[in-house]
Amino acid sequence: MTDTGPFNEMLGPDGQPRAPYKALAEWFSGMSPAEMRRKSREAETIFRRLGITFAVYGTAEATERLIPFDIVPRVLAAAEWRRISAGIDQRVRALNAFLHDIYHRQEIIRAGRIPAELVIQNEAFLPEMIGFTPPRKVYAHIIGTDLVRVGEDEFYVLEDNTRTPSGVSYMLENRETMMRMFPELFQQNRVAPIEHYPDLLRETLESVAPANCDTDEPTVCILTPGIYNSAYFEHAFLADSMGVELCEARDLFVDDGKVFMRTTRAPERVHVIYRRIDDAFLDPLTFRPDSMLGVPGLFDAYRAGNVTICNAPGTGIADDKAVYAYLPEIIEFYTGQKPILQNVPTWNCAREDDLAYVLDHLPEIVVKEVHGSGGYGMLIGPTASKRELAEFKRRLKANPSNYIAQPTLSLSACPTHVASGLAPRHVDLRPYVLVGDKVRITPGGLTRVALKKGSLVVNSSQGGGTKDTWVLED
Amino acid sequence: MLGRTAASLYWTSRYNERAENMARLLEVGYRIAMTPRLGQDHSDDWRSTLVSAGCDGAFFSKHDEPTKRAVVQHMLFDRDNPSSVRSCIEAARNNARSVRTAITGEMWESLNTTYLEFMDIRPQHMTDNKLPDFLAWIKQRSMLFRGAMLGTLMRDAGYHFSQFGAFIERTDNTARILDVKYWILLPDNEMIGGDLDRYQWTTILRSVSAHRSYRHAYRDAQVRPFNVAEFLILRKEMPRSISYCYDWISESAAALAIRYQDSPVSCDMAHGTLSLLEETSMDRIFQGGLHEFLTDLIARNNALGAQLASDYHFS
Repeated sequence: MTDTGPFNEMLGPDGQPRAPYKALAEWFSGMSPAEMRRKSREAETIFRRLGITFAVYGTAEATERLIPFDIVPRVLAAAEWRRISAGIDQRVRALNAFLHDIYHRQEIIRAGRIPAELVIQNEAFLPEMIGFTPPRKVYAHIIGTDLVRVGEDEFYVLEDNTRTPSGVSYMLENRETMMRMFPELFQQNRVAPIEHYPDLLRETLESVAPANCDTDEPTVCILTPGIYNSAYFEHAFLADSMGVELCEARDLFVDDGKVFMRTTRAPERVHVIYRRIDDAFLDPLTFRPDSMLGVPGLFDAYRAGNVTICNAPGTGIADDKAVYAYLPEIIEFYTGQKPILQNVPTWNCAREDDLAYVLDHLPEIVVKEVHGSGGYGMLIGPTASKRELAEFKRRLKANPSNYIAQPTLSLSACPTHVASGLAPRHVDLRPYVLVGDKVRITPGGLTRVALKKGSLVVNSSQGGGTKDTWVLED
Repeated sequence: MLGRTAASLYWTSRYNERAENMARLLEVGYRIAMTPRLGQDHSDDWRSTLVSAGCDGAFFSKHDEPTKRAVVQHMLFDRDNPSSVRSCIEAARNNARSVRTAITGEMWESLNTTYLEFMDIRPQHMTDNKLPDFLAWIKQRSMLFRGAMLGTLMRDAGYHFSQFGAFIERTDNTARILDVKYWILLPDNEMIGGDLDRYQWTTILRSVSAHRSYRHAYRDAQVRPFNVAEFLILRKEMPRSISYCYDWISESAAALAIRYQDSPVSCDMAHGTLSLLEETSMDRIFQGGLHEFLTDLIARNNALGAQLASDYHFS
């Protein structure tokens, strides 16, 4: 971490473009501000017409919004990407091994590497999963690993999204839009393709079909909460591009321990469900009885080995923010290697010493809720008002174990199209990883950008945008 | 295909068709209101527009008088009216959205653009001078969706469910317009042949975009009630006639039956109604009473929609 301003991904300290950005910088410098504005509007029109929207919770009107798209791509060199993807590969293997272990013999606790209460008393730990082994021992099949960059070679993992990470449709549509608008750019730069992601996803899902699956072509479906869900567009997009049915709970039922879809013909058995609803809503018989989104009997069918649920119920514990702090130990324990990608140093407010430090340094650090997501319920010390700081102090003291804290990272910045032309804005990166018979990582991922000057919050719900992300081939 | 998917394709088309029909009925109402009439109250015309549209119940539960402004607002923008153009566009889009995977990008884009542009319009800004263009726009958007469907959708089961929805709705609409207007017009038949009367009959034709084609089909300077009824019920070259609709319904019913290797009840019902239309004549229809004939047909048409839903597990 540096104190000399953010790492600029395009321009080196000498003011010259860094190698991966050379062609791009030249190209954009030849573009007039008027042309850039026109292109930017054109991109917005494309997105709006295609209906690439997301819903914002907590606003009465405008339930569907567009995520702003920035026309300047973010570029990673092949070597940079190799290191990132090796680090992710190591991490997702460790996370899956960890999940298998905590739902079985809990060796890592016996070995004293992590405290028992971290797991047992964790809200995200699902006792119903104890002793059950999903196909290929894979729990988290679809993962989005949030990374930030703070220097030339310094990447940190911010979060491992092991429940139902969203955004992959934006990654794909961003690329489609860029290729439509700037074909010349793709002729000048050797950009690794990503359009096969839906095929990889389908292969991955098929590879974890239950052992008793009676066909070579397992039936896969996506389970969505429906059209009012914030990520509905993505659910439909993925079902469409994989060529599988997009089901709501009412389209599925369980009979004789097996799951079926209600079709215009006879009921059809389903082998693999890529669910985009939370654990608690999966099955009203096992979890929340008031769930209207779930399928009664689904969990029993799952435990009987008649259907695979992706991601497995109970994977949430792997991206719990308190567990996150132990990830270096977890990786070492299961892989025998040092982590390739670093964790952000994290203070666990449940620990007395850590809490004391956090309370003393509140204006310098970032505080997050252990189970929060989407940028909601967090405090960014350096930009917080006195009142917000006081409020968080009160909350921390009242319920310290609900919070973790991290130093404020100086996220790297990428050139971004704003009203005044191109200006650096902070970015993060979410690569998408698939785990089935093997680990499949799509080059690049989704770059989110904080469009407000100086802002470090990239979440779309908080005014963030996205960029196409390029991995250059050697 | 999921039963819900089939249902949504059916309803997307139905609502799309209904939006267009609503716009057309309003166009006619608007034209009538521009025509000077002797000693008559315009509110009767608007009342008949509401009845033709099947919106009278919803309207009179909120309003006392069918003024032009109230009727136009109710039929275009009222969310409480399930058949208002707004409700139709929203319902069509929501259905399409829930089966985004079963329709083509072109179909989705046409509906979505219609929805977005419609939602940008402030009802209070819909003044008289803007209304004709706006109604024309609604019709065009609806036809664009239909064109996108016909031009891009695979000819599999989904296509037939979609066709089914469109033609069931169209049948209902044509039958209802004819029933309501005929009923209103006939009691005064001492005036048949008068200018006003001719004008009224033309409005029926206009409401199904047939005032021109009628002239070609019947080379006669007069608009004759008998011919109008025949044109709208039995003439197969008229694309909004009931017989034309049932040709398509019957074809889609048969195509589905073949695809599913089954002989569902809905297929028999569709063929039954088609035979009935093919074997009858206008003389026989008038002998038994036009109103009775249309009432029976509307009921059969509704029952067919319900049977289709049950045969193909819509829910």
